[in-house]
Amino acid sequence: MPAEHVAPVRLYLAVFACLLGLTALTTAIAFADLGRLNTVIMLAIAVTKATLVALFFMHLWWNERLTRVAIGGALAWLLLLIGLTLADVLTRATLG
Amino acid sequence: MAELAPTVAHHFDDAEQQREAATFGMWVFLVTEVMFFGGLFTAYVAYRALYPDAFGHASNHLDVRLGTTNTAVLITSSLTMALAVRAAQVGEAPSRIVRWLAATMLLGATFLGIKLFEYGHKFHEGLVPGPAFTYTGPDARQAQLFFSLYFGMTGLHALHMVIGLALLGWLARQAIRGRFGPAFHTPIENCGLYWHFVDIVWIFLFPLLYLIGRH
Amino acid sequence: MEARAPAVHYLNVDYGVRSWLFTTDHKRIALLYLGTITLMFLIGGIFAVLIRLELLTPAGDLVSADTYNKLFTMHGIVMLFFFLIPSIPAVLGNFLVPMMIGARDLAFPRLNLLSWYIFVLGAAVSLWAMLTGGVDTGWTFYTPYSTSASVTKVIPTAVGIFISGFSSMLTGLNFIVTIHKMRAKGLTWFRLPLFIWAHYATSIIIMLGTPVIAITLLLVALERGFHLGIFDPALGGDPLLFQHLFWFYSHPAVYIMILPGMGVVSELIACFARRPIFGYGFVAASSLMIAVLGFLVWGHHMFTSGQSVYTAFVFSFLSMLVAIPSAVKVFNWTATLYRGSIAWDSPMLYALGFIGLFTMGGLTGLFLACLGVDVHVHDTYFIVAHFHYIMVGGTIMAYLGGIHFWWPKITGRMYPEPLAKAAGLIVFLGFNLTFFPQFILGYLGMPRRYHVYPPEFQALNVLSTAGASILGVGYLLPLCYLLWSLRYGPIASANPWGAAGLEWRTTSPPPTENFPTPPVVVRDAYDLDGVAAAPGEVAVG
Repeated sequence: MPAEHVAPVRLYLAVFACLLGLTALTTAIAFADLGRLNTVIMLAIAVTKATLVALFFMHLWWNERLTRVAIGGALAWLLLLIGLTLADVLTRATLG
Repeated sequence: MAELAPTVAHHFDDAEQQREAATFGMWVFLVTEVMFFGGLFTAYVAYRALYPDAFGHASNHLDVRLGTTNTAVLITSSLTMALAVRAAQVGEAPSRIVRWLAATMLLGATFLGIKLFEYGHKFHEGLVPGPAFTYTGPDARQAQLFFSLYFGMTGLHALHMVIGLALLGWLARQAIRGRFGPAFHTPIENCGLYWHFVDIVWIFLFPLLYLIGRH
Repeated sequence: MEARAPAVHYLNVDYGVRSWLFTTDHKRIALLYLGTITLMFLIGGIFAVLIRLELLTPAGDLVSADTYNKLFTMHGIVMLFFFLIPSIPAVLGNFLVPMMIGARDLAFPRLNLLSWYIFVLGAAVSLWAMLTGGVDTGWTFYTPYSTSASVTKVIPTAVGIFISGFSSMLTGLNFIVTIHKMRAKGLTWFRLPLFIWAHYATSIIIMLGTPVIAITLLLVALERGFHLGIFDPALGGDPLLFQHLFWFYSHPAVYIMILPGMGVVSELIACFARRPIFGYGFVAASSLMIAVLGFLVWGHHMFTSGQSVYTAFVFSFLSMLVAIPSAVKVFNWTATLYRGSIAWDSPMLYALGFIGLFTMGGLTGLFLACLGVDVHVHDTYFIVAHFHYIMVGGTIMAYLGGIHFWWPKITGRMYPEPLAKAAGLIVFLGFNLTFFPQFILGYLGMPRRYHVYPPEFQALNVLSTAGASILGVGYLLPLCYLLWSLRYGPIASANPWGAAGLEWRTTSPPPTENFPTPPVVVRDAYDLDGVAAAPGEVAVG
């Protein structure tokens, strides 16, 4: 059974600062021309921000494994839906 | 200050089982929300892959400053929400818990206000999909797809925010009555999970809708 | 030994409409669902009757083409969304899941009641749409016909299905949390009845898949109503995008429909062969495997749609894989029968019927997984026969078997066994006469969703319609004798079948709290030690 964990205010403030910083970063980078890297970096930053919110604001870091499995499953399934659909969209015209 | 001990429903063995069930239940619900928004993200990814230029041009019609501001507003509201939960966990006075909840509500309302302003602007610019759609740029047809997704995704997100505000109001009413403390704060915790999730959705919506084709 | 009903149980503890409409007792909610879905089954059956009547003759002489389109659409929608998907989970699952794990109720009893109200609302909205004009898009709602060209009641029908999806998700949520958090002392995962494993896997599918069809139908409604054009080809929209989103749920939906039936069959086979299910671990794991693999194959509904040939290859291969866990179950059930002490009670007849008919339906699914075959039989009666073998020959047989098996527990009464055996045989014969000719028709090229056909197909169509009338009789019989048994059936004992399982260790009908004292589990799921060898005696231990 998971013990009740109380996070220190400092931790919340640190996460908050990171989130704001990453937001500023992603907006700034959007205006730089890095070709394909733009999308990659943008997604990486979004994933990082989401992970910070999930792990610390939502207490996933201290939760039981079952919760992490549930959310991991949801994300995997979302990637499955997007991935296979995208695979069809991208390879449809290839065979003349 | 003594707060109420939780009432354990008849079908649970103890308060711990009740709390675990409620929290796990909220997480399972959030799984469905991931897939619900996920369908829209799938449509977005498919069309962005098919029409990258049209989407880039269309995205430029969105106001980056307002989008970035809104992102900051929502992130701050997540902070205040987490602090509200924490206040209940450590047994702070009800007025303090309520203050954090009120701050979260205020920030949420600010977000919606800015969104409303943006929508109004789009309406005036003729960028609402449908017969009144007027777009002066290349690939007007695919741009309408972008705006359908924009209104669909941010609209669904805004609807979730409205529900979130209602939940926060309900929590504030209970908090004022001293309902929450170290022994019992499950409702705040679980509504907090919902609120953070809605924040996470925006964390993805913002770059995908506002930040493409800016260079 | 004369059985005596308990003085107070969940049915007589409180009287009046309010005690039913505001109940939070999972057992009463299960009965509320039973009533509702039986009504929906009858409505869906009426559409089937009209379809089969029209198909008696090659000409389109009973109804117009437009009306026929509405008939098969509404038959599909009602049967799938408002009968099959809720059936076993909402009736048998709601009743039995808490009992089988030794709990007093599901984790969220009020959400359970809410799920029924939501179901009723969704059904009412969709039925209203059907009564005031109907919908003709096919249950598959393909775009752009559904979003622009169709002039029928697409939006309210889609909204009704959207609403009912929340009912489904609330049930799934309740099952998952209950099974994880409320098992009795000593009830480890590998002591759980396979019925529970099946419902757990089903609930996972529900939670991951239903939201996707919800958003998809919502988008169809928004496009139709507010011109939020996501699928509009005129704007560059992709009809295949709709199909991907639609089938991402609708394929796993067929596993939502069959997995609970498989759970029922495991319970029936174990009881009436007087043996634990052979390979329990494999059967439990196969439920989870079906849940996972079932999400990887949706593109096999789209082989002829213009999808990428590469993804078609991938989906074809994965579709063959998904047959494996189903086969594992069939092999293990068969192995359980071997050297078992077989009793031929009516629930067992339904279970055996399931195994045979599901196997046939499943094997024809393998044919369809082959790209080369599917190109020829897609959108023919071969497909219609395939899915009816699984949905009707499979799920409905299992549902009826389960209703009969647990009827004494639910009502405290036994039904007339000879009539039940007769009904089971009539259903089996009627079913095969209805749907086997359709395999042949499809192979010969008769397309589905057509109300006119070449005259050379008439003989097989007449056979099919004749079979349908027999099948109808087979379905009406249980409706009659089960209702009759409520008043005139003999009182049932706590364990009339001599089955293992916690639900049989309490009275028939059970008290509201299910168990006078919370049970402690020390045995495996199908361990008959301490349970009476002969049916009819009260269980000990």
